[in-house]
Amino acid sequence: MYGKKVKLRVLFIFLLLISVILSIFLILKSLEENVVYFLSPTEIKNLSEVKNNKIRIGGMVKNKSIMINSDKITFVITDFKNEINVIYFGSVPNLFSEGKGVVAEGFLKDRNFLIAEKILAKHDENYMPPEVTEALEAK
Amino acid sequence: MFNIFKINKIFEITSKAPKYIFIIFIIVLSIGLAEALFLSPEDYIQSHSVRIMYVHVPSAWIALGIFSLIACLSIISFIFKNKNFSLIAKSLAPPGFVLNIIALVTGSIWGKPTWGTWWAWDARITSMLILVLFYSMYILAWRIFDKKEQANKITSIIAIVGVINVPIIKFSVDWWSTLHQESSVKVFSETSIHSSMLVPLLIMTAAFSLFALLIFLMKYNTELIKIKNKGLDRL
Repeated sequence: MYGKKVKLRVLFIFLLLISVILSIFLILKSLEENVVYFLSPTEIKNLSEVKNNKIRIGGMVKNKSIMINSDKITFVITDFKNEINVIYFGSVPNLFSEGKGVVAEGFLKDRNFLIAEKILAKHDENYMPPEVTEALEAK
Repeated sequence: MFNIFKINKIFEITSKAPKYIFIIFIIVLSIGLAEALFLSPEDYIQSHSVRIMYVHVPSAWIALGIFSLIACLSIISFIFKNKNFSLIAKSLAPPGFVLNIIALVTGSIWGKPTWGTWWAWDARITSMLILVLFYSMYILAWRIFDKKEQANKITSIIAIVGVINVPIIKFSVDWWSTLHQESSVKVFSETSIHSSMLVPLLIMTAAFSLFALLIFLMKYNTELIKIKNKGLDRL
């Protein structure tokens, strides 16, 4: 039906795709630690040792945990299983608030305490007008 | 398979269609921009910065879509030596490349007021950057290799290897923890964008698709002219 060359080209593309997919899979698998942008508090708790390098922790800012004292901000990151205390000097993004997502970058002092150098706000995939939120809260 | 009569037939369409598509594009874009910038509400957390979404998301979607299309056409043209398909794939690359750049730049502009940073090396953003690199390689390869046969093969292989990145981009936010939020518009479950914001998003997607189609047709038309004026660029 088709020529021999066509069959060879199909085989070539098939082998090309398989080999590239496999190698990318292996690379991503071995780099898993670096591909994830942040760790959760639970993952921090399960760390075998507290290393001295920069680390990012992400989760929710615990309700009623933000304390602002001039330019010193302390708050608690939670994933509803474990919590990490964070201390930070500087300004925070506008979207940083209680009950919202956050990523803190800095150095771990121990398994419960992070000295942050940078705070990033993480927002979720929900978009709605303010009136809808109010209506939802009224329910 | 791809003779001069067929070229003339296609050329008739590609030389006339851009005019009309441009008019439709302007109309849809005006409706979309009016909806996105003035009529749609602000977000409950992000307030007005959410409006960047109406440019960012459509351009990212279409950039991904076009690359997938280029890869499909490349596979077929590589296997069956279909010259028309490789010409279509070649002409699709510029709009995809431009929209990919737009997605990255608007993402950066959106990131600053919401996340607090212009750039983060998270999986979604990095894989999108890799797609731009593949687009660049694809476009450059067409220019570097003078022999048509050779250029056809090499660009096809670039597109086929690069398309593996597409599902990685799509699922990066589900597979790994990223700073980028997860997908809001899903095929199999309810979207998490309120309808008053989803409508402008879809209109803008239509407008950007028309833009991509317009650029594609202009490029394709140029390629056909090159073939018609033999000596300039033989197939």
